[in-house]
Amino acid sequence: MNLRSEYDVIVIGAGPAGLAAAIAARQNGCDQVLLIDRDVEPGGILQQCVHNGFGLETFKEDLPGPSYAQRFINRAIDCGVQFLMDTMVLAVSRDKQVTVSGALVGIRTLQAKAVIFSMGCRERSRAQIRIPGTRPAGVYTAGTAQRWVNIDGLMPGNRFIILGSGDIGMIMARRLTLEGAQVERVVEIMPYLSGLSRNLVQCLQDFEIPLFLNQTVSRIIGKKRVEAVEISAVDEKRLPIPSSAEIIPCDTLLLSVGLIPENELTRRAGIEMDERIGGAVVDDTFSTGIPGMFVAGNVVHVYDLVDYVSQAGEKAGSSAADYIRGKTSYSEKKVKTTAGKNVRYVVPQLIRPESLKETSILLQMRVVAPLEHRVELIVRDGEKEITRKRLPYARPGEMVSVSLPQSAYDIVQQADEITVEIL
Amino acid sequence: MIEKRELICVTCPRGCRITVEMEDEKIIRILGNTCERGKKYAESEIKDPRRMFASTVRIRNGVHPVLPVTVTQPFPKDRLKDLSAELRKTEVTAPVRMGDVIVKNVLGTGIDVIASRDMESVRS
Repeated sequence: MNLRSEYDVIVIGAGPAGLAAAIAARQNGCDQVLLIDRDVEPGGILQQCVHNGFGLETFKEDLPGPSYAQRFINRAIDCGVQFLMDTMVLAVSRDKQVTVSGALVGIRTLQAKAVIFSMGCRERSRAQIRIPGTRPAGVYTAGTAQRWVNIDGLMPGNRFIILGSGDIGMIMARRLTLEGAQVERVVEIMPYLSGLSRNLVQCLQDFEIPLFLNQTVSRIIGKKRVEAVEISAVDEKRLPIPSSAEIIPCDTLLLSVGLIPENELTRRAGIEMDERIGGAVVDDTFSTGIPGMFVAGNVVHVYDLVDYVSQAGEKAGSSAADYIRGKTSYSEKKVKTTAGKNVRYVVPQLIRPESLKETSILLQMRVVAPLEHRVELIVRDGEKEITRKRLPYARPGEMVSVSLPQSAYDIVQQADEITVEIL
Repeated sequence: MIEKRELICVTCPRGCRITVEMEDEKIIRILGNTCERGKKYAESEIKDPRRMFASTVRIRNGVHPVLPVTVTQPFPKDRLKDLSAELRKTEVTAPVRMGDVIVKNVLGTGIDVIASRDMESVRS
């Protein structure tokens, strides 16, 4: 591996965000672009998402995850992105020195002009949701099981319970059933589905796998291996109701209970974080508070479609190229975005009104709870309305977005803060 | 007598709730779809339900022990388990390119099973 000591752009994480960012940096004139990943090959989590449903926005085709990844990998190779695989990034310093470690290159420190963080997410595990009981083998996150089945060709059990109705959990329920396992049920602590409703149809209903809402696993039973789990209904505070407990025999419990942006490197670099979502505070160019450091994809907030992750990566990559060319001003005014009624968070947290001179700005958000009726999304500066959009419904599992049109420049330019609410 | 069937479209992540009004086993009205694909889905779901399908097959000499595969067209829903069982018996040898046909005309359906990605051979 012929490693340089200096690069224009170093991208950390070769999943969909990192691939798109590296490609965009190259296409916008950066000569030396290095894409680093700890896995042996690029593609990130897409390589284990063998199911279809990717790329309807980007390619207008229904692709499996590995095919979506392959197209971006081929494009990255064709446009001259350099790859450093099987290598861990240990730290990024404030002056953009990236320290890496791996069998291919040993321990090296590389200087970058711009750094793009695109490390994605980790799954929440048993420790984070504190399920009582013994500690046998057979309790895994859905993504770990997915990797074993789809990359390593191994079956992690025969009789499954899945906790959490996130997309990965439902997709694994189908995959395991098709591979001959018995999936007893999917249980969800909330009163609503947390994944997409199409996965309820094609992953659970198609295979007659029961979904139980307002239930949780209240105890794990088993010495060496899971032998059963205790499942209880929950009350309004989402605490188990002891009288409702039932024991369900199984040998494996899969957890599909949420994702956490993986931001150790971002925090250590000193980048300001938005603790509500566990990602960095960003502006509409995906720039963080430190000039020349950008973030993209699930490391910022959890997306539900890979197409939007690729778009974010592309934006971060072209922003990094702008920064290197000296096109980015760090003194210009920034306006805060605030989550109003029914909105949990808004990304980006800051917008540069000057960006509206060139393009519209996309605001992305999630609602606090499901609104199963027609709603209106309103963006305003105090009493002044900037834009509004009608939606047939709004659900926490599906990201909501709105575009601030270029015509909003005058209002936004004078605002200190803009609020997004969904009514 | 008009019979109503409630469906959730699986074509894209939007998941439209579609109502199909039927009379004497015939579709008379489709409501709730936002695009043409939703209408097609509803028609197919009533007459001949099909799903996209993806799985893995064993691969010899590849960088991983299994290769992800998919189908060239949506597959009859009631035969997905047979297709899965068929693919458990299938083995290929690396290297493989994305789009290579892994099983032609699988189970006599006229649908091919194809590789979802490139997979290099470990000795290449």
